[in-house]
Formats: sequence, structure tokens, C-alpha cells
Amino acid sequence: MVTLVLPRLISFEGMSRRAASVTERNLSTLRSAYWVVLVSGFLEPVLYLFSIGVGVGALIGDIRLPSGEVVGYAEFVAPAMLAAAAMTGALSETTFNFFGKMKFVRLYEGILATPVRPIEIALGELAWAMVRGLIYSVAFVVIMVLLDLTTAARALAMLPATLLIGIAFGALGMAVSTIIRSWQDFDLIAAGQFALFLFSGTFVPPTGYPAVLRWLVEVTPLYRSVDLVRALSTGTTGWLQALDVAYLLALAALGLTVAGRRMERQLCK
Amino acid sequence: MEPHPTAPPAAQNPTEDFLIHARGLVKRFGDFTAVDGIDVDVRRGEAFGFLGPNGAGKSSTMRMIGCVSPPTSGVLEILGLDPRRDGPRIRARLGVCPQLDNLDIELTARENLTTYARFFGIGRREARRRADELLEFVQLAERADSKVEPLSGGMKRRLTIARAMVNQPEVVLLDEPTTGLDPQARHLVWERLFRLKQQGVTLVLTTHYMDEAEQLCDRLVVMDGGRIVAEGSPRELIERYSTREVVELRFNADDQRAYAEKLDGIGERLEVLPDRVLLYVDDGDEATAEVHRRSLSPASVLARRSSLEDVFLHLTGRTLVD
Ligand SMILES: Nc1ncnc2c1ncn2[C@@H]1O[C@H](COP(=O)(O)OP(=O)(O)OP(=O)(O)O)[C@@H](O)[C@H]1O
Ligand SMILES: [Mg+2]
Repeated sequence: MVTLVLPRLISFEGMSRRAASVTERNLSTLRSAYWVVLVSGFLEPVLYLFSIGVGVGALIGDIRLPSGEVVGYAEFVAPAMLAAAAMTGALSETTFNFFGKMKFVRLYEGILATPVRPIEIALGELAWAMVRGLIYSVAFVVIMVLLDLTTAARALAMLPATLLIGIAFGALGMAVSTIIRSWQDFDLIAAGQFALFLFSGTFVPPTGYPAVLRWLVEVTPLYRSVDLVRALSTGTTGWLQALDVAYLLALAALGLTVAGRRMERQLCK
Repeated sequence: MEPHPTAPPAAQNPTEDFLIHARGLVKRFGDFTAVDGIDVDVRRGEAFGFLGPNGAGKSSTMRMIGCVSPPTSGVLEILGLDPRRDGPRIRARLGVCPQLDNLDIELTARENLTTYARFFGIGRREARRRADELLEFVQLAERADSKVEPLSGGMKRRLTIARAMVNQPEVVLLDEPTTGLDPQARHLVWERLFRLKQQGVTLVLTTHYMDEAEQLCDRLVVMDGGRIVAEGSPRELIERYSTREVVELRFNADDQRAYAEKLDGIGERLEVLPDRVLLYVDDGDEATAEVHRRSLSPASVLARRSSLEDVFLHLTGRTLVD
């Protein structure tokens, strides 16, 4: 038994160790300038929260959740901003940066001459994106608790959810980056990201949309993310959130598989 | 430098003696065949060279040996293992210096080495120690904290070679290690590679430079159009495919071919190049005298010993320019 299982465990152990060495490489590139990137990425959802959640919210009043619960508009918008921030954080590392490393500076060609495999690079980059995403998320839930938009316990429960969201979008981002061909395509990604940001039940519950549009919105990954975080934030979790989790896990697995395969095909010709 | 792993006792299995063993190795890109069925055996501790013009398939072969490019067909064994199955295990024991430097431009010279060591699972402290030692080895200790960008081409090349040594490899693959370097930098690289060889490291290199191949390689193959057209030690190849001496004649004419007929019969063979005519002879002085006896007056005459370049020219019908 032991002899059967052990080699597999060791290879798994080697896999995580090699993936970690890729994450570590990114850590050692950290220079002072990077903090500017971090701060600007964090500022965006905070600005939305204050301008729309608090500002516009004053005009709108309360919102009824699908569970029947009624919450203030800022309470409604804040978890959506958190989910969107997790998405943005993950995508910024795994699209633009990842694409550049793969196709322009040929960083991965150097790495692949070592025992590190393509899927391990993908995992390492994903872990890195998670570190960045987690910094945004922690800062944002602290603000939410300070503004009394959720409780500290719920805030803690939201953090693993934002990690899952980051992993799913990060994997998706990498898969897309292996498919696109030029920098211009990033404008398309940015446009798609913004559309998701506006229409994923972030500012308005999609219950008000026509049936087709509503259905369309509800299958997008950001909607499922917002749904998950909002339920956690307002303490209204139910079976639907299990669906959200399953959806995001599936997306992560799919994205990673596609990214790993395509990296292998493109880099190991 | 740390002592490198030394040769194991002679193996029973004859193929185990070969660190690299290829039979009928083929690499295709779409319907283009870059490597067309080559047989290669590299023994432990030897310096083995791939020589060939642009597009001969040298880099394609090196990438297959480096386990980053799957062979299309044929047998390939590296360190007795199958690259298709054991890629990571093989790569753990190889050092690779690719044709184009792919150093990490976001890191310093030292960080390039320490980070690379981490990819091999080497501990932080040990990585740091090896990095400093290797920077010393390639004479870059003063530039340890410099980013990659401001380093000169020769320095980058040396850093790439140092990076290839960070896992104390048994085999080092060097794809054109000195192309684009000035003579001083080349000699430094040669000297370092020679030292590695003395430590028992197996070297596999590609080159366009005949003097490099003659200096470093115990054995080499000449590739052309994806095939191996000759194989042997530099000396053997020169003896087999060339004469003892070569006389180079330059005529003041647009077309050197006009002189070919007039030179007929001097030496064993004659080669007309766009800018000069080569006479393959046993005695250069005697041949030069004969040229003058035929009252031909070339603008310049150079009698020299035959080199691998001549072998190469004979085999591929091309001069080597990069
Ligand atoms: N990824 C690829 N896709 C398509 N063709 C390729 C690819 N890599 C190499 N080739 C082709 O294979 C042939 C051999 O290339 P290779 O790089 O192995 O030659 P080489 O001997 O290293 O040449 P050089 O001396 O110029 O480096 C060339 O015609 C090249 O265009
Ligand atoms: Mg080449």
C-alpha cells in the first residue's frame, strides 16, 4: 500500500514545490514600484463603494434580496465590489503579465529547461495572483466591517470565497492568454471584464431584467461570484451557494487544464 | 567549483555508457522535416559538437535532447531515461544554455542564479552559495547586483552559462555558446568550458566556429539539411575530407570562375567561392610556385594548414557565415 501511494505523494509534493518556486520567483521581482500597482488596484472598488454604494445608495434606499431579506443599498453593493475586486486582481496578473512573460520575455522557456512543468508554472502564477488578490480582499473586508456593512465573522467567511473567485478567474485568464495572439486583444478582454462588472447583479438585482437577459447574466462567472459573496456577507446562504462554489471550482479546473495544455503545446514545440 | 559527479563504473549494458543515445531521430514541424533521422551517441565525459550551416537542425536536435521538444519519431535516451516519460527527472541533471539568452530581465545577475537554483529544488542558502561561486567562475562577481539589461552581450552569455551550471549538471547543452562574442570573451568562455570538461562534465555544443569545434570537441558531427553528413574527431575529419594544406587565391575579377580552368591540375581539388579560389594541396609553397609558373597573378595568396572549415565547405558546399 505504502509503496503504491508514496511515489504519487512524492510527485505531488514535487509538483507543489516546483509551483511554489515559480511563485517565489515573482516575489523576488517585487520592487518598490509594485506597491503603486497594488494601491491603485485596491482603490478602484473602494471608490465604487463610496460613490455608488453610499452616494447613489442614499437616493435608492433598500433592496430586497432573493431570500426575502431587505438590506441597505451599500450593503447590497459592497460584496459585489469585493467579488469584482477578486476578479480584477486575478485577471491583471494572469492576462497582461502572464501573456508578456510567456510570449515576449520568454521567461517560461528558461523555466521549462528545469524540472518545472507547464502546469506547475500555471499553478505557480495562479498562486501568485492569489497573493495579490488576497491583499485586496483583506483590505476591502476591513473597510466593510468598519462601515458596518457586514460582521467580522462573515468577513472572515468571505475571504476563502474571494480566493476561490480569484482561482477561477485566474485560471480563466491564463487560458484566454494562451489563446489570444496580440496585445490589441487585451482591449477586448478589458471590455468584456467591464461588461461583467456592470451587469453581473453588481448594482441591480437581475430579477428586474427580461427573462433571457436574466438567464444570460446568471450563467456568467462574476454573477455566481457576486451571489456567493453577497449571501455570505448578508448571512443568507442556502443551496444556491453550493451551486456557485461548484461552478467556480469547475471553471478553475477547466481553465487550468486548458492553460496547461496550451502552454505545453506552444512552449514545447 | 564543487567536484562534479564522476563517471560510474563501466556499465554492463552497452547503451548505458552513452549519456545520449539517438537512433533515427526525427523532428517535424508540420510537414517540414527539421531533423531527418539522425543517429547520435555521446559518452560520459566527452565534448561532442554539432556543426552545420543555418537551418541544419542543430537547435532542433538540442531542444529534443534538452527534453523541451518531443521527438516526432525515433529512439532517444538521455541518461538512460526516456524524455517522453521522464522529462523532469532528466532535466534535473542537465544544464542548458540556449541559442538565444532567456535570462530573467526583472532580476539581477545573482537573483537569476538563485531563482534558477530554486526551480531545481535547491535550498536557499545553498543556492546563494552556488550563485556567488558561479559568478566568480564566469568573472561576473562585480556585476552580481546588476540587472540583466545593462550587461554586455558577452556578460549575458557568461551569465547564461553560469545559470546552466547551477544544478551541477552531468551534461551541459550549449547552443552556439560564443556566437556574437568578441575574441576575448570567446577565449574566456572556451577556457571555462575546458575547465568544466576537465571536471568530468559532458559537453554537447553546437557551433559555427571551426576553431571552436577544433578547440573543444573530442568528437563532432556535421549536419546539413537535417542529416548527419560526417562524423569523427576534428583531426579525423580533416584527414578524411581535406588535404594537408590549402592555398587561398583572390583574383581581381568579378568572377573567380574564369580562373578555375587555368588552375586545373594543381593539387587534389579546387573550390571556387564568390570571392576566392581554394586549392587543396599537400604542399602549399609548391602549389603557389606552380600558380606563378602559369603566369597567373592573384591579388593575394595565402597558404595555410587545412582546417575544419575546409571539411565543412567540402561537405556542405557552403561557407560558414553567421
Ligand atoms: N518551431 C518551429 N516551427 C517551424 N519550423 C521550425 C521551428 N523551429 C525550427 N524550425 C525550422 O527547422 C529548421 C532547422 O532549424 P534549427 O533552428 O534547428 O537550425 P539550426 O541548425 O539551429 O540553425 P542556426 O545555425 O541558424 O541556429 C529551420 O529551417 C527552421 O526554420
Ligand atoms: Mg540554432
